[in-house]
Amino acid sequence: MQTQTDPRPAPAGALHNPLGLLAELTHRCPLGCPYCSNPLELDRRTDELDTATWARVFREAAGLGVLQVHLSGGEPASRRDLVDITAAARDAGLYTNLITSGVGVTPKLLAALADAGLDHVQISIQDSEAKSADRIAGYEGAYVRKRALAAEVTALRLPLTANIVIHRANIERIDELVAMALAMGAARVEIAHVQYYGWALRNRAALMPTREQVERAAGRVQALREEHHGRIVIDAVVPDYYARFPKPCMGGWGRRSLNVTPSGRVLPCHAAESIPELEFWSVKDHSLRDIWESSPSFNAFRGTGFLPEPCRSCERRELDFGGCRCQAYAIAGDAKATDPVCHLSPHHHLVEQQAAMREDVPYIYRRG
Amino acid sequence: MAVAGKWLEFTAGSLEGPAERARENAQVNETAATPPIAPDARPRLPRGVRLVHNEAQGGWVLLAPERVFKADPIAAEIVKRCTGDATFDAIVEDLATTFNAPPERVRTDAAALLRGLADKKLLDL
Repeated sequence: MQTQTDPRPAPAGALHNPLGLLAELTHRCPLGCPYCSNPLELDRRTDELDTATWARVFREAAGLGVLQVHLSGGEPASRRDLVDITAAARDAGLYTNLITSGVGVTPKLLAALADAGLDHVQISIQDSEAKSADRIAGYEGAYVRKRALAAEVTALRLPLTANIVIHRANIERIDELVAMALAMGAARVEIAHVQYYGWALRNRAALMPTREQVERAAGRVQALREEHHGRIVIDAVVPDYYARFPKPCMGGWGRRSLNVTPSGRVLPCHAAESIPELEFWSVKDHSLRDIWESSPSFNAFRGTGFLPEPCRSCERRELDFGGCRCQAYAIAGDAKATDPVCHLSPHHHLVEQQAAMREDVPYIYRRG
Repeated sequence: MAVAGKWLEFTAGSLEGPAERARENAQVNETAATPPIAPDARPRLPRGVRLVHNEAQGGWVLLAPERVFKADPIAAEIVKRCTGDATFDAIVEDLATTFNAPPERVRTDAAALLRGLADKKLLDL
């Protein structure tokens, strides 16, 4: 029997098993990157979860279906129990990925992490030129330490990803940056345009590239992919403000991943606390399953049923889920709105205006 | 530290992301013309790539740096044999015998799968 098709998608209730857990072990970080997307207000050291609680969170995550844990921060090496935390994640059966600035990971620590079962290392790279790289990181000598760590990672035959955050100061050096990733022995490189959340919003005018620069960079990424096919995998994170359609943020809200803050609050994405009306639950009070299935913040924007027009009748609605809720709130003032990055959004002109507000002003570094 | 890559980690980790799937398909097509795999090659998963069975995700999955690939039962049977000990010839023969399939067909299918994985840096040949 043929039934009338409802133009709206299935109700928000459809629950998936999460795949990834972003474990923000600490907000402490030696670098001061102007594009940091962590929130303006950071969790304090004294509030950080202890080793045993992280171990429980990992076991609960594996029970929910999570396959990979990303040990991040801040700088995860700021925690003295990083080896124990890594071993606990591996014991829970999770694939363990260390996301590091490279500063603070000594050869001894790296060897201990490898012995504990660490699967993969991602190092952030600020630029292919030492002086510029250190200036962006706000840390003298960071570049050299990152290169040294990369050599130690590959000597242990651990797979390495170079994460390169792209903005106006380095966007003209895509070729040099990919060449550097190859020289470091990375099997994978992320060309990640700055996402303007948290601290990065403060530096937007100083970081924003021009549309011409973005288009040139995209062309170079495509050409380099073909040139280095089979040698290095080049993944790209699109520059939101110049996109035509929004990114499928997090693969859908409350659909693919969880984020645990240093003090234990569980968020659908790491910028979610920028939306004031949401209520977040903590692993101190609830199991991860309880939070995934029942917490108000995870259920707030599940599925696509909450979306207004133009998303409601858009055929891309199940591809991009209307984009990013945090961006909708930050730019349109409404977390349920179509991501203003979309050229169909009634607020899209605001994105164009903000992208045009470029200014050569000094970075406001993140400290503390 | 740099967290701008986080979006990608998770979207790249999606099992069902249409964009991902389109990219995978594009890469598979692209590799169709690549050279065959040497009979005496001993394919193996590099450090950081693991094949695991996971009930919650509905079967075999290949875990790799910031990626998760769902493996259908045939792909899993092929990858399971990539231990670094068996030659490609031996793997083909084993598969053909185990599944009672024509060896040349098995060779072509297995080579396409393994070449695709190697191009994504998920397999050492």
